[in-house]
Amino acid sequence: MGANGAGKSTLVNVLSGVYAPDAGRMLLRGRPFAPASPADAARAGIATVHQSTQLAGTPGLTVADALMLDRMVAADAPLFLSRRSVRRAAAALAAKAGFDLPLDRDFAEIGPADRQMLAIARAVSREAAVLILDEPTASLSTREAERLFSVLEGLRARGLAIIYISHRSGDIARLADRAVVLRGGRIAADLPRPIDLSAAMTAMIGRPLAAVSAPRRADGEVVLEVRGLLLQAGGPPLDLTLRAGEVVALTGPLGAGKSRLLAAIGGAAPIAGGAMALCGRPFRPRSPREAIAAGVVLAGPDRHRSSFVPSDRPGGSVAETISLPHLRRWFPAGFLFGNRERDAATDAIARLRIRAAGPRARLATLSGGNQQKVVLARWQAEPARVLLLDEPFQGVDVGARADIVAALRADSATAILVATSDPEEAMQLADRIFVMDGQRLIPWSQADRFAA
Amino acid sequence: MSDEPAAEVDTLPPETRMLPTETRAPVAASGWHTANRRMRQSALLLLLAAMVAGFARADAAFLHLANLMSVLQSVSVVAILAVGVTLTLAVGGFDLSIGAVAASSVMAASYAMVVWQWGALATVPMVLAFGAGVGLVNAALIIWLRIPDLLATLAMNFLLTGLQLIPTAGRSIASGLILSDGESANGVFDPGFLAIGRARLWGVVPVPVLLMLGIAVVLHVLTQHTRFGRLFYAIGGNEVAARLAGAPTRALRLCAYVISGTLASLGGLVVAARVGRGDISSGSSLLLDAVAAALIGFAVLDRRYPNVFGTVVGAIFVGVLLNGLTMLNAPYYTQDFVKGAVLVGALSLTFGLGRGRS
Repeated sequence: MGANGAGKSTLVNVLSGVYAPDAGRMLLRGRPFAPASPADAARAGIATVHQSTQLAGTPGLTVADALMLDRMVAADAPLFLSRRSVRRAAAALAAKAGFDLPLDRDFAEIGPADRQMLAIARAVSREAAVLILDEPTASLSTREAERLFSVLEGLRARGLAIIYISHRSGDIARLADRAVVLRGGRIAADLPRPIDLSAAMTAMIGRPLAAVSAPRRADGEVVLEVRGLLLQAGGPPLDLTLRAGEVVALTGPLGAGKSRLLAAIGGAAPIAGGAMALCGRPFRPRSPREAIAAGVVLAGPDRHRSSFVPSDRPGGSVAETISLPHLRRWFPAGFLFGNRERDAATDAIARLRIRAAGPRARLATLSGGNQQKVVLARWQAEPARVLLLDEPFQGVDVGARADIVAALRADSATAILVATSDPEEAMQLADRIFVMDGQRLIPWSQADRFAA
Repeated sequence: MSDEPAAEVDTLPPETRMLPTETRAPVAASGWHTANRRMRQSALLLLLAAMVAGFARADAAFLHLANLMSVLQSVSVVAILAVGVTLTLAVGGFDLSIGAVAASSVMAASYAMVVWQWGALATVPMVLAFGAGVGLVNAALIIWLRIPDLLATLAMNFLLTGLQLIPTAGRSIASGLILSDGESANGVFDPGFLAIGRARLWGVVPVPVLLMLGIAVVLHVLTQHTRFGRLFYAIGGNEVAARLAGAPTRALRLCAYVISGTLASLGGLVVAARVGRGDISSGSSLLLDAVAAALIGFAVLDRRYPNVFGTVVGAIFVGVLLNGLTMLNAPYYTQDFVKGAVLVGALSLTFGLGRGRS
């Protein structure tokens, strides 16, 4: 465990042969171990599954092909392959490892959970002694994560040592026999099972974590009313009321419609029926532009895809990222002269404790948590009526998460709706929580909250 | 340039953007990195200065004002077209139709004056509107029919290359052209029109050079110092993000193609005014030269993205090199080879060498 920048990935990279250690030595199965390259480490028995599983296969290949890719590139691989022989070998491999994979589907069609399984199967197929997983549940729903855990337990029972890197304390509590907490490149704590999570959190951020926020009484005025909204034709109608100054969280598995609902309110996705009202007036945005003009702003999931311009182009600095939606308001004449942009960024850097070299720092030089703070700063730079955040804590460490939660809860004028697949995040953040399943909203009652 | 970022904040390679976490903490640049970066930023400008000095040493006539103006005049049309390409590159597109737009603008202008006997005041707006119209059609194909930029504009290039031949049955246009109905067209090029290509300000600066510089300044300011430019680059960098931030992405992409088409037809007007006849083979090398200038522009100041200043420097760079080599009696048939070598060198500088900086 460890916050962003604690050195987890660097450690993984040293173990898996990407970087050479500056000093010290490693022993693997009692013998000195100094891998010269990732391939070298893999041969020695270090299997690494990186956070991004896009690279576990290629669109156009079936899952079976992807699983056998390492064998195919081996020097002693047969020149001719038939679909059947590959399929048979892959099935044998998957069965041996105890994996249930959709071998005949195209890699492009399978979901993140299957990609994760595939990446693990590929990694352990090479007679691994140590399996390293970097944030494996970052894009998995609760049910998919459970499937991953049972696979990992099977591998553990077969004598594989597993290094499991995660921000999520729930995963660690569920799975780990021992938790090592890194901070600033050092081991800050080494905790035996049962793992004391609050001690782990404290070690991780170097200070005690603020207690779960108490729900506030919702007495602000109604900002957004959603009545009978259909996300798709024939779907269940959705009702939702948001008040100024409250934080409402949506949780639930991937594909339940959380992102879709946020996108519909934010004008980024069409709706099939129903009505919305913003401050009592009918509201039906046809584009994000219209929604933003009405004061309804959406920070999409995956900040790199939905919010950021490449860092090395114009628009890629902290200040420019914050100002992008506000250019028309801030620079009505069109020319980008004056300090408006820089001042807004300087404010945000101080207010949200963003660690950056300054307003002109390129975004790529910031850590994930600080980048996410910049996204929040963008949408808080101008007063909004409704702030929609889709998975705002992806790849964000606990320290930065606490700062973001504090900034959201300090905002008493805006109605905030957050989608997160992590119930713990929802509890830390929200005044009210809905579980979303099959495009239906189910209120998570107070009783359930404390029982969970 | 005053808007260059401080050297220490941009030392991570672009690939780092895709890395998950951890490694993106601000990195302090070592002296070597800074020096290396400064070197690459100024490499092309230094090379340009060295070339000018070298050619001046070889022949003092190279530095004469008349010769310098002739260099600038020779690159003005390419530079005007290249600025248009730069704009479409900035929005993440690519306008390959500019060469054909320029060539058919030459024909359209000639046809209007020779056959229809129009004056300059009617011809110029008509031709510019034609260019803008082609830009609109390009944008429609790309934005509404969702044809990839390269394919749509390549097809448009093909279409216009053929279309310009049809009204004159494949013949060049000059006064006395025999039309298909047997009559001869007796219109002449309006002297006011010819001035676009031939007049000089104070008898020194040719009008095409003034046009090039004016367009360069206006579009440099537009792309670097206005919110429209910021949005152009945002769309080119990440269209989804730009749309979610409320940018009118379709309108802006359309704008880029209309500007590109208009600039290409302006380039055609300059060619027609300079040559004084509608030559069917004019404009054949304009497309590749303009694209090359825009790509060389990536390396100027080591920006690695399409930028107007770099594009104009890129066009001038090629012009100086060709002029100097011609002065040194290099044969004309080596010109394309030289341009190609410059392009390969500039691209290596932009993409290859830059990666060593991590």
